[in-house]
Amino acid sequence: MGIQISLLAFVVVLLAGWIAGVLPFLKFIFGVILPYVAFAVFIVGLVIRLLRWARSPVPFRITTTCGQEKSLPWIKQNKLDNPSSALGTLGRMALEVLFFRSLFRNTKASLKDDRLVYSVDKWLWFFSLAFHWSFLIIFLRHFRFFTEPIPSFVGFLQSIDGFFQVGLPIIYITDVAILVALTYLFLRRIFDGKVRIVSLASDYFPLLLILGIAVTGVLMRYFLKTDLVAVKEFTISILSFQPIGAELLNKLSPLFMIHFTFVCTLLIYFPMSKLVHLGGIFLSPTRNLANNNRMKRHINPWNPVVPVHTYEEYEEEFRDKMKAAGIPVEKEE
Amino acid sequence: MSTKIKPEELLKDVTYKPRFVNWMDVPVEFRKGTFNYAGSEDALIYLDQPNPRKWQPTDPDWKLPKNWQEIILEGLRERLEKFRSLKIFMDICVRCGACADKCHFFLGSGDPKNMPVLRAELLRSVYRREFTTAGKIMGRMVGARDLTFDVLREWFYYFYQCTQCRRCSVFCPYGIDTAEITFLTRELMNLIGVNIDWIMTPVKNSYRTGNHLGIQPHGMKDSLEMAADDIEEITGIRVEIPINKKGAEILFVTPSADFFGTPHYYTLLGYIMLFHEIGLDYTFSTFASEGGNFGSFVSHDLMKRLNHKIYSEAKRLKVKWILGGECGHMWRVIHQYMDTMNGPADFLEVPKSPITGTVFENAKSTKMVHICEFTADLIYHNKLKLDPSRNDHWHATFHDSCNPSRGMGLLEEPRYIIKNVMRKFTEMPDNTIREQTFCCGSGAGLGTEENFEMRMRGGFPRANAAKYVRDKYGVNICLCICAIDKANLPPLFDFWVPGLEVGGVHEMVGNALVMTGEKPREVDLRLNPLLNEEDKQ
Repeated sequence: MGIQISLLAFVVVLLAGWIAGVLPFLKFIFGVILPYVAFAVFIVGLVIRLLRWARSPVPFRITTTCGQEKSLPWIKQNKLDNPSSALGTLGRMALEVLFFRSLFRNTKASLKDDRLVYSVDKWLWFFSLAFHWSFLIIFLRHFRFFTEPIPSFVGFLQSIDGFFQVGLPIIYITDVAILVALTYLFLRRIFDGKVRIVSLASDYFPLLLILGIAVTGVLMRYFLKTDLVAVKEFTISILSFQPIGAELLNKLSPLFMIHFTFVCTLLIYFPMSKLVHLGGIFLSPTRNLANNNRMKRHINPWNPVVPVHTYEEYEEEFRDKMKAAGIPVEKEE
Repeated sequence: MSTKIKPEELLKDVTYKPRFVNWMDVPVEFRKGTFNYAGSEDALIYLDQPNPRKWQPTDPDWKLPKNWQEIILEGLRERLEKFRSLKIFMDICVRCGACADKCHFFLGSGDPKNMPVLRAELLRSVYRREFTTAGKIMGRMVGARDLTFDVLREWFYYFYQCTQCRRCSVFCPYGIDTAEITFLTRELMNLIGVNIDWIMTPVKNSYRTGNHLGIQPHGMKDSLEMAADDIEEITGIRVEIPINKKGAEILFVTPSADFFGTPHYYTLLGYIMLFHEIGLDYTFSTFASEGGNFGSFVSHDLMKRLNHKIYSEAKRLKVKWILGGECGHMWRVIHQYMDTMNGPADFLEVPKSPITGTVFENAKSTKMVHICEFTADLIYHNKLKLDPSRNDHWHATFHDSCNPSRGMGLLEEPRYIIKNVMRKFTEMPDNTIREQTFCCGSGAGLGTEENFEMRMRGGFPRANAAKYVRDKYGVNICLCICAIDKANLPPLFDFWVPGLEVGGVHEMVGNALVMTGEKPREVDLRLNPLLNEEDKQ
C-alpha cells in the first residue's frame, strides 16, 4: 500500500508542477508564493522540531559503547568508538555524520545447513553515502544559480565533479551517483523482504521526490536545455525579495517548474517526516555523549524520590536470624 | 518441556526473507514455550505496583483498568517529555533495515516482528497516531494505529522477546537504542499491571531480602561458610569470609546467584581465594547482597529502589569504596544509572587498590570498580603468583556479556586475565564478540522454563558461534562475566552444543592462583582432577 500511495502523491506533485509550468496564473503562485511558503515551513518546522527534542532532558548518560573503554592506563582505549572526552565524542560524531561509521559495520546473516554465517555487506553503506554526498555537492553546485558573482568553491566543485571530462556538457559524477544510489535505495525497499515489510509510504515518497528532482535536473542539464539565464534571474529575484515580472516567468520552462515544485515540496515535507534525521543524528544520546559515566556524575533534572527499603526495616525483620547466625547487627533488640 | 523440542526442528522454518504482509494484520499468538507468565499478585502488592491481580497472558480478559488506554497514552506523553532519547528514537528512524538481521531473536525465529526496527514500530505506530498530525489524520496509510487490546497483547509478546542487549544499536546509523524503547514500553505496560513474574518476584525478593533469590541473611552466611569449607578441602587453607563488617575498606557486591547457582559458585570461590591471598580488607553484605537489578528490566523507579541499597549499605558500613563482581546488567545499572539515580557518593573515597596503589580514575565519581579491572591491575603489577597450567584441562573461549561490552566497553580486562591464568584460549568469530557479541537469549528477565523455546531460539546465534570454536579448535569451556549467562548458557549449550561447559573468569583465577601455604592442588574448583604433568601442554 505504501508504494501506491507515495506513487500517487508523487504523480500529483509532478502534475501540479507541470500545470504550473503552462498556466500563467498557477505559475505565479508556484513560482513566487510557493518558494517563500516552502522555505518558511522548512525553517520554522525544523526549528520547532529541534526545540521539541531539546525541550526533553537527557536524564541518563546511555551511550552505545563500541570499543574498549577508558580504564587502566596500560589498556588501550578505543577513543573514537568509545570516547570518554569531548574531543573523542566530536570525532565519533564526525565519523558518524560524514562517513556513516555505524552503517559501515553492516553484515548480512544467512543460514547454511543450520549454520549461521555472516558476510560483509557494504552496499547499503556505499549507496547511502553516495546519495548523501552527491546530494550535498549538487546542492552546493547550485550556488551558481543563487549568487552573483558565483562563489569560487562552485568552480572548484564543478571541476572536481567533472573530473573525467566525459560528454558535453561534461557529465558530473554526482549526477550519475545520485541516480544510481536512489535507484538502489528504492529497489532495495521492494526486493529485500525484511525492508519491504517495514517500509511505509513515508519511506517511498521522499525517495521518489528526490529522484524526481534529480531526474528533472539531469534532463535540463544534458537533454532538454532550459533558459539558464532566466533561471538564475528568477532565483536571484526570489532570494533578494524582488518582484518578478510576468515576462521572466514566461521564460521558465515547464520542466523547470516541475523541478522547482519538487524542491519546494521536499522543503515543506522535510520537517514533518523522517528526513529530520538530518538534525536528529546530532542529538542522538547513544552517540553524542562521552562514556565517562563513572568519572563524572550525570544529573537527572527530574530524579524522583522513591520509596526505599531501609537497612533498619531489613534488620527489624531478620534480626533474630542474623544474631543466631552470628552476623553483626545495629541494635541488639 | 526441554526434552520435547529438537534443535533441528527449531530452525526448520526459519527464514530471513519474510513473506510480504501488512504486519499490522498479523495477530499475535501466545504459543506455549514462547512467552512468560504474568507477574504474581503478591509481588505487585508488596511493591505497591498498579493493578495486582491473578491473570495470565493466555486469558481472554486481562482484567485491565477501564481506562487503560488513557493511562498508557498519558504515560507515553509523560515519558516523551522526560526522555529526549525516546522522542528522537520515535522520530528519526528511516527504516533502513540495518538492524534487521542483527537481533538474536530474529535470527533464531525468523519472525519479522523480532527485527528491532519492527519491534520499535509496534510502539511507534501508536506514537504516530497520538502525537503526530499525519498519523491522526491518515492513520494506517502512514503507519499509525490505535492502541487496542490486540496491540497491547502484541506489545507484551514482543517487548518480552527483547533482552535489551543493544546489539542493534551498534549497527544503527542513528544509534537508536531498542533497549530503551523496550524498557520504556515495559514501563508503560507496568502502569496497568501488565508484567512478568520472573521480573516482579525477583524485584520483590531483592527489595525485601536484598537479593533476587530471597536468601535470608543466615542462608547467605551458610553458603559462604560452605564456600570456606570447599576452599579448605581444595587448598588446605581456611579462609575468613567477612559479612556486614563495619569499617572494612571495601564493600564487595556480586550477583546473588554466585552464592548458590552452578557454575556461578565456582566464581565465588575464585573471588574469596583471591581476596584472602592478597589480604584484602573487604566485606560481603547481606543487605546489599544482590548486584543484579531486576528493576532495570521493567521500571526506572523499581531500578532506583533496588539500587539504592548499594550506596546506603556502603555508607552504613563506612567502607571506602565498592568492588563489584561478575555480572552483566548489574554493571549497566552501576555504570550508567547508579551515580545519577542514587549519588553523589561523596561519603566514599576514590577507589585505590590497597595492593598496587593504582587509583581507579575511571571510577572516581561512582566509586565502584569492576572485579576484572581490579584483578587485571593485580596481574599487571605482578602481585599474584599464578600457575596457568592448572587450567590445562580447559580450552576456553570468552563470551562478552551484552551490558559490559555495549554499555561500558569492558573488553580487554577479562581477556587479559584469562590469558594470564590459562594457556588455551580461542576467540569466537569477530562478528560475535566484543561490541558485536550475541546475547545468551535469556537476559532482561526472560530466563524462565515456560519461555524455553524462545530462549533456545534467541540463544542460537551465540551457541552457533560457540559450536564453531568447539568443533574447529576443541574449545570445552565458555567463560563469561555475567550471572544470567552463567544460568542460561548451560541449558543453551546442552541444547545446541552438548558438552560445552560454562564458567566464570574468576573461577579460572581461583584455579591458577598459587596461595601461600596451600597444599598441592589435585582438583580444580569443580573438584575435577587436574591433568598430570605429562598430559599438560
